[in-house]
Amino acid sequence: MDNYNPANLLLLLVILFNFFLLGSSRLGACIRTVAIQGGILSLLPLFLHGFSGHSLILAGGAFLLKGLAIPFLLLRAIRQVQIKREMEPLIGYVPTLLLGTLATAGAFIFSDRLPLIEVHHGSLFIPVGLATLATGFLMLITRRKAITQALGYLIFENGVFIFGMLLAEAMPLMVEAGVLLDLLVAVFVMGIVMHQINREFSSMNIGQLSSLRE
Amino acid sequence: MIAALLLLPLLGGLAAFCLPSDRFRPLLLPVCGLAHLVLTFLVIQGGPAVHLSMAGNWIGVDPLSRLILLIVSLLFCGCSFYAVGYLRYRIAWGNRIFVSCLLLFLSAMSLAAMARHLGLLWVAVEATTVASAPLIYYNRNRLSIEATWKYLILCSVGIALAMLGILFVAYAALAGSAQVSLQLDDILQGAANYSAPWLRAGFVFLLVGFGTKAGFAPLHTWKPDAYGEAPGVVGALLAGGLTSVAFLALLRTLQIMDAAGDGAMAREAFLVMGLVSLGFAAVFVIRQPDFKRLLAYSSVEHMGILAIGVAIGGVATFGAMLHLMNNALTKGVLFLSAGNIHRRFASKRVGEVQGAITLVPVSATLFLLGFLAITGSPPFGPFISEFTILRGIFTGGHYLTGGLFLFFLAVIFIGMGSTVLSVVFGTPTERKGDTNYRETLVTTGTPLVLLLIILLLGLYLPEPARKLFAEAAALLEVKP
Repeated sequence: MDNYNPANLLLLLVILFNFFLLGSSRLGACIRTVAIQGGILSLLPLFLHGFSGHSLILAGGAFLLKGLAIPFLLLRAIRQVQIKREMEPLIGYVPTLLLGTLATAGAFIFSDRLPLIEVHHGSLFIPVGLATLATGFLMLITRRKAITQALGYLIFENGVFIFGMLLAEAMPLMVEAGVLLDLLVAVFVMGIVMHQINREFSSMNIGQLSSLRE
Repeated sequence: MIAALLLLPLLGGLAAFCLPSDRFRPLLLPVCGLAHLVLTFLVIQGGPAVHLSMAGNWIGVDPLSRLILLIVSLLFCGCSFYAVGYLRYRIAWGNRIFVSCLLLFLSAMSLAAMARHLGLLWVAVEATTVASAPLIYYNRNRLSIEATWKYLILCSVGIALAMLGILFVAYAALAGSAQVSLQLDDILQGAANYSAPWLRAGFVFLLVGFGTKAGFAPLHTWKPDAYGEAPGVVGALLAGGLTSVAFLALLRTLQIMDAAGDGAMAREAFLVMGLVSLGFAAVFVIRQPDFKRLLAYSSVEHMGILAIGVAIGGVATFGAMLHLMNNALTKGVLFLSAGNIHRRFASKRVGEVQGAITLVPVSATLFLLGFLAITGSPPFGPFISEFTILRGIFTGGHYLTGGLFLFFLAVIFIGMGSTVLSVVFGTPTERKGDTNYRETLVTTGTPLVLLLIILLLGLYLPEPARKLFAEAAALLEVKP
């Protein structure tokens, strides 16, 4: 897969960032890492499909939103509510890292067995996509701060984005733009809700969101 | 015309955001609602001969879209009048965001109903999530924050899974060396050549993703919270409109699986999801102390009934299409009247709300009749549609399914009945802080009209309506 080389390097970076995200307790660093991860991902269309109009616009749009706008919204949110660390994850950092490693290894083994088309055999896109999806899921279920849950959702979306790279021709530009816009607005609304959670509960722990149950 | 259906509520939403007066802003709702309903009727009148489409076949109207569009538009139009009364009652609370988001929500639902491109469908469904989250948050207290956060995270992650499913469907085309496109007509045409394992994987993700949005058990956990904490009018639109739109997305995936010749597997999955939803609803309805959460479990139940109807096929599919309409409108009656009762008593706990019939007689009567309707009592519409589905189940020879279906329905009838009766009858609990809510024509008129419509649908099905349902059902039949 010689023609995939620069892209492969980027994908390996994405995996490293996944591990960092699972192991770090500092929220500001996590948000910046998700931003860098998003920025790296937005370069992929250029390596994969060359400098066509479609891939340039897609890369530019993804970079603006994933790399700049969304992290800006989240950083503003944590500045407003003045929290720096995820204190008490449901599962500790080392166990989540271990789970993440297992999931990543599993993703590589599993994608070897998938009925991929000839060109994609041995490509890193599918295992990295799956591993990123798993990382996002782990963040979603093991962390208790509203902001880390939002980050989990973003990492999950990044995983979907990696997988989508293989199918860029199926997704017209308008739709891609819509997808990114929806993501932005969703994070915007999440940011507002986070602010309200903090104001009302004087902490952003969603563990306190437990009055509604049977 | 189609563009007008989308742009009208969108511009209305923008206008609502710019208008400075809290007193006059809500009046935009019925204006847009009525205009949307008129436009919807014009689009439906176009008939099957006129293939309306625009933007390179990305947006178009087929019989299924017509049905969902009609449901959404009818319900919204009704709710828009009710909302005027509701917002007048809460004028001090402000309504700029609420009114704007309601109209954006309508626009997103219309787009989802008419999308003929899976990517566009996804964008529209996600837009409904984003537009409705501020609506759930309207009361701005701890409970509504919690409900909004759960709704936002669960539905967003669910929808992200659906996106993965869509990508898998595209990969199935790639792996089957068919034309890679996400335009629905292209997919339906080429699906026979798609790679089966990828398509199946895609179907599972789409089912889980859009199923979260529709609220099938066990993916329904956002539903009781959101419906319980949102204002009644929002509950009505979520339970009647949003779930119908999400169900449409599921029907689209079923269409694709049918076209690929893999419909049997998809129908089995629908059947299992449907039965599980009925079972969950039956368990949680019993001794439910909160009558708005009760309605949420009823919504889970009816999503289950719809899924079973579609899974069985034949006459049951027709029943399911009919039931989509009946369920949406009856949920409108229930949520709007429950909202009135909630406001009068300032509580939705069963112990604190009793004897509603003496304090808010019209709303309590409507709530009671709505309960009878939704549990499938004659002569209301849901009786006909549930009976049709049941007939389909038994003529198809699915005796076990039929037995379970009847059993769960009976349990839910009893469970809902005990809660509803204790809310409606008994000696009124006059609380210390007597609320200033009194029934007015605006807040009781809409549920009354909706109830009359489902009564009419139960007694007599006009020919154009029957044709609408039959054509929608025909799209879901397996073509030999």
